[in-house]
Amino acid sequence: MKILLVDDEQELVSTLAERLSIRGIDADWVTSGEDAMEKIQVTTYDLAVLDMKMPRMSGLELRKKIQEIKPQMRYLFMTGHGSAEDFYSASSEEGADCYLVKPVNIDVLIAKITEILGQYTGSLN
Amino acid sequence: MHANWELIGRVGLTFYGKMSASISHEIKNVLAIINENAGLLSDFTIMAARGVPIEPERIKTISSKIAEQVMRADLICKNMNQFAHSVDDHIKTTALDELIAVVIKLSLRFAANRGVHLEQQASATPLSITTSPFLLQNLVWLCLDKAMDLAGEKKNVSIITKDVENGVIIEFKHSGTLQEESGSSFPGDEENALASLLKATMEINDDTGEIILRLPLSIDK
Repeated sequence: MKILLVDDEQELVSTLAERLSIRGIDADWVTSGEDAMEKIQVTTYDLAVLDMKMPRMSGLELRKKIQEIKPQMRYLFMTGHGSAEDFYSASSEEGADCYLVKPVNIDVLIAKITEILGQYTGSLN
Repeated sequence: MHANWELIGRVGLTFYGKMSASISHEIKNVLAIINENAGLLSDFTIMAARGVPIEPERIKTISSKIAEQVMRADLICKNMNQFAHSVDDHIKTTALDELIAVVIKLSLRFAANRGVHLEQQASATPLSITTSPFLLQNLVWLCLDKAMDLAGEKKNVSIITKDVENGVIIEFKHSGTLQEESGSSFPGDEENALASLLKATMEINDDTGEIILRLPLSIDK
C-alpha cells in the first residue's frame, strides 16, 4: 500500500510519514495541492490523507482534481477545526468514517487506512 | 448621527469569532506537530527496547523541533492575548503600528489561504492615537480583507501608516486594480458604521483600488 500525505504544515506531514514508515506503511508527503498533483502524475497511490484547509487549494478541491485523473484513489481528511461544517463537507465526499481531527492518533489513522484499504498487516517493529 | 450599535455589535462579534477560529486552528496545528514528534520519540524508545540502535542526533533534532513549536505556540498566545485585551478599554491611547502589527499577525493565515503576501510599512516616527482599539482593529481587518480581495495576480498587500496634520492615515496598497466583484460596494454599511464611531473617513481610489483610512489623533470618550 502506498499513501500520500498532503498538509501545508511540513513538520507535521514529514514526521507522520516517518512514523507510518516505521510501521511498514510506505508514505510520501507534500505541502500543497499543486505539489500533490505533480506527485500523483508519476506515482500511484492507494490513498491520500488530505488537510482540509490549505492555502490556495483546499483538501476537498484537491480531491476533486485528483479524482479526475486517478478515480481509483481513496481519501481521508484531516482538520484542525473539527467543526460541523468540516465534518459534513468531508463526509459528503467520502462517508462519515473518513474524517480525523488534529492532533491525530497514529493508531486511529492506521485503523482508518486499514478499514478503507483492508490490506495492512504491519506493526511497529 | 446615532451609531448603529446593532450592526457594530454583529460585525464585532463576527470579527472576534473569525480571529478566534483562526488562532485555534493555528494552535491545533502546533499541537499536531508536537504530538507527532512526541510520538516519534516514543516509537524510538520502543525500538530501542527491542535492540534497534538510535542515533542521539535524531533525538536532539526531534527535541529541537518540539521546542520550536512551543515557541510558536507562545507567540500565537501572545498575539491572542493582545487581541483579547483590545476590548479592555473602549477608548485608549494606542501605538498605531503595534495595533496594525497584531491585525497582520492574526490575518496571516487568511492571507496564506489566498496566497497573498502582507507587508507592513510603519511610519518613520512612532504614531500614537487615542481611539477605540477594538473597533479600529475591526476596521483595519475589513480594509485589509478587501485589499486582499483586490490584490490581483501578484497578490501583494502593503499597509502603510503616515503622520498627517491633526491625524494619521493608513493606506492599504495592493498589486491589483479596482474590480467590483459580485457588485459589493466598499466601503459598505459595516465599514461606514465603524468609521463613523472612529470619526474616520475612508476612500478608495477609483483606478488603483487603494484604500485610504484617515483617523483623528483623538476621539472623545
